[in-house]
Amino acid sequence: MIIDALDIVTAICLALGCFLGISGGVGIYRLPDFYTRMHATSVTDSACAFLILFGLMLQSGFSLVTVKLGFILLFMVLSSPTAAHALAKTAVQFGIEPLLGREDKR
Amino acid sequence: MKYTFYLTIILAAFWLLLSGHYTPFILACGAVSVALTVFLSLRMRVVDEESQPVYLGGNVIGYWLWLIKEITLANIDVCKRIWSPRLDISPTVVCLKASQKTPFGVMVYANSITITPGTICIDVDGNNLEVHALTWSAAEDLLGGEMDKRISALEI
Repeated sequence: MIIDALDIVTAICLALGCFLGISGGVGIYRLPDFYTRMHATSVTDSACAFLILFGLMLQSGFSLVTVKLGFILLFMVLSSPTAAHALAKTAVQFGIEPLLGREDKR
Repeated sequence: MKYTFYLTIILAAFWLLLSGHYTPFILACGAVSVALTVFLSLRMRVVDEESQPVYLGGNVIGYWLWLIKEITLANIDVCKRIWSPRLDISPTVVCLKASQKTPFGVMVYANSITITPGTICIDVDGNNLEVHALTWSAAEDLLGGEMDKRISALEI
């Protein structure tokens, strides 16, 4: 019974994570410029990765695999904002102007 | 010296957890690689208080829980805007003043901004942050300064 509950929670986490990953992809396609597209990728970086790793942790139980998944999560949390900041800063220095104001077109 | 000791302990624990094989030969390999890493870090002069934020005090767990809540709300908001047919966005660039006293505090603030979907810190100059936001409301939330205050409260 407990195993079943765990399986259901895992399924929900993985499904939600996949949906957020797809949302990130759709966002990259729909959003108009470089900086706004970076916001779409940060959806994939944060919640999508967290949900998928959490779902996998529930399946692996108390083992070394869980610890390793935890390390992956920790390093993603530390490295993805750093990478995003480096990308954005480089874009500014490269002279890419951010699109400002209300823009509803693709 | 203190930081060299901390680094060795952390690396050894990390190696033991990642390896999962505990035969004498493998353990010796681990010890050698930990020693080599510590030696190289000492040679590169990167072993100092900045690499080990042990001075971060206060309610870190509480801040993490609050940040997870904020990230969840921001995710829902950004997803809604991505999927809405009208693509209701208003990209904004704002300048913020970070009130933290140490460079480490400013780093935590900038990274917290960037990891929240909808806001990206694009430039850090001392205590001045330049932030790109997907929507005006996300920028307004940051200008409200709640995240800034919470991170300042973490510093000793």
